[in-house]
Amino acid sequence: MSEHPESRDNGGSSEHDVHRAVTELEGESATAARIFDLRRIIGGLFVVYGVIVTIVGITDDQAAIDKAQGVNINLWTGIAMLLLGLFFLAWLTLRPTPPPVPAAAPDDDTPA
Amino acid sequence: MQTPTHPAYLAAELRLPTNWLDYTILGIYFVVVLGIGFAARRSVKTSLDFFLSGRSLPAWITGLAFVSANLAATEILGMAANSAQYGAYTVHWYWIGAIPAMVFLGLVMMPFYYGSKVRSVPEMLLLRFDKAAHQLSSILFAFAAILIAGVNLYALAIVVEALLGWPEWVAIVVAGFFVLAYITLGGLSSAIYNEVLQFFVILAALIPLTILGLKKVGGWDGLTDKLTADHGNDFVTAWGGTGIGSTNPLGANWLTIVLGLGFVLSFGYWTTNFAEVQRALSAKNLSAAQRTPLIAAFPKIFIVFLVMIPGLVAAALVPGIGTKGSGLQYNDAIPYLMQELLPNGVLGIAVTGLLAAFMAGMAANVSSFNTVFTNDIWAKYVVKDREDAYYVRFGRLITAIGVLASVGTAFLASSFSNIMSYLQTLFSFFNVPMFVVFIVGMFWKRASAKSGFWGLLAGTVTAMVNYFVFYKQGVISIPSDQGANFVSAIAGFVAGAVVMVVVSLFTKPKPAAELQGLVYGTRSPGLSEAPAEGDDAWYRKPALLGWGAVILAAVCYIPFSF
Repeated sequence: MSEHPESRDNGGSSEHDVHRAVTELEGESATAARIFDLRRIIGGLFVVYGVIVTIVGITDDQAAIDKAQGVNINLWTGIAMLLLGLFFLAWLTLRPTPPPVPAAAPDDDTPA
Repeated sequence: MQTPTHPAYLAAELRLPTNWLDYTILGIYFVVVLGIGFAARRSVKTSLDFFLSGRSLPAWITGLAFVSANLAATEILGMAANSAQYGAYTVHWYWIGAIPAMVFLGLVMMPFYYGSKVRSVPEMLLLRFDKAAHQLSSILFAFAAILIAGVNLYALAIVVEALLGWPEWVAIVVAGFFVLAYITLGGLSSAIYNEVLQFFVILAALIPLTILGLKKVGGWDGLTDKLTADHGNDFVTAWGGTGIGSTNPLGANWLTIVLGLGFVLSFGYWTTNFAEVQRALSAKNLSAAQRTPLIAAFPKIFIVFLVMIPGLVAAALVPGIGTKGSGLQYNDAIPYLMQELLPNGVLGIAVTGLLAAFMAGMAANVSSFNTVFTNDIWAKYVVKDREDAYYVRFGRLITAIGVLASVGTAFLASSFSNIMSYLQTLFSFFNVPMFVVFIVGMFWKRASAKSGFWGLLAGTVTAMVNYFVFYKQGVISIPSDQGANFVSAIAGFVAGAVVMVVVSLFTKPKPAAELQGLVYGTRSPGLSEAPAEGDDAWYRKPALLGWGAVILAAVCYIPFSF
């Protein structure tokens, strides 16, 4: 975030300043190295939802099916969600998170 | 349009028969949302991590977040309302009103945005124009973001009150708390991750609803027969009755649809609304940033069916929907079908999807607001040159303030019966002038540093004058709010462009050296990065993805055009 007041008074902020500041921050950024893989969360949540809703579908009484125009909508939705969850977990297994590129500065790693 | 005078937003008899099972599903979701916030916390080290995810996310995540930030519940309920009110014209908001703009953003504008390494849309105006344009656009954006976040929060409270019976203040406090918690913890990463999760949950809610709704009215043929009988043939076509001078429910002709909605409003929204563009700026490289809106375009083409069909089904089942006698408003279309068709279980998923969508819509605005307020207002003009950690702390503080402020703005939304009209009105005030300044600045080297500010001001004022004076006072006759929005958008665009040209002719141009990478035909120094490995695969080519989306959207029009 270096400022050069004398060179900035003409109204326009220099593109190079922004460029340099962001490049510096990119170098120190920790997201790439530390963020967890979202596929695990989506996969996990949809497997749980899929199992719950499928079981509800299997045990649904006739009233629930009649309400849904004669379709066992819980069963079908549950199976579809389960499959989506398994898809994400399979994708994660087949193409695991790439190991992070070693950061330039391993020290100073307290999260802000 | 006959505006229902009934103040209630959703009819009280819409109370859903939720049970412990549905609440369990909802509870699991809230736990996961908070968990994402806590887990993302350790990835926040610099302000760039907090505000732009360190520019490091893969394209499929930023792409789904891009569509999801737009697919807020206001959009879901609002577009279903639109369909119940205006019919199949709703497809215009998607196929002409979104896809071309998203493709333009990805193919043409993204190299400038991403390559110049700006952290926000106003920062781009600072580089291209001057501080005056930067200040005005930052303030306008921050203001608009809080208004729109408030719309989401208010809508959530009303829907939750009607569907689940929670008092409004409980819903506002709970939703506000969760959004506040996960953004302050994990910053943009946790907002984006939750948006992607929300995308799948809302699909799991809308797909069963659409299928059952169609089954109830006897399939697509049964639906169109019924609606044609009730509302005439134009109701189920995209272009019927849109000749200039003829009347149609939308109150707009093909010219205002194409220019107002298709060009000005949608390009304004998709290409310069930072709540959207921010998702692309958080991508890990230029290729991923370009693909962000392009990946989003494909789901966007088909999502229209999941909101339009429930809206049409509601219009078919409740012929007087939107009028006093029916007890239902246009906005009730989707909640009404949930109540009629979904058994416990899927009902819980649907309630979760709606709540998730409201929270994501609010979070998208809050996370873009805190970025602009911290980087563009606070760090540039108020407290400059502090250490980076200070700005992360400030970003967390302003997130809390932003959430509190949107609680305040929530009540402004209550005076509009069709929330989508209200949103489009806000967009015509705030996004359209920003877009004209952008587009002139990007394609016309001669546009001077001073012209940005005056163009932005002229466009905003003109759009507001058109809406509040010419339309509201009845100086010119426009049959509907939406039609008025299209005209405001066109007027704001033309006024902004004219003022920019005039001001540019009387002021000094910016030196060519300062325009590198900011004007079409120049290259930014950041564009020299080598493409990442694997990005040259054919299915990752931006041009192929972009033109594919445009052609697919055009093909989708065919069955609705005759």
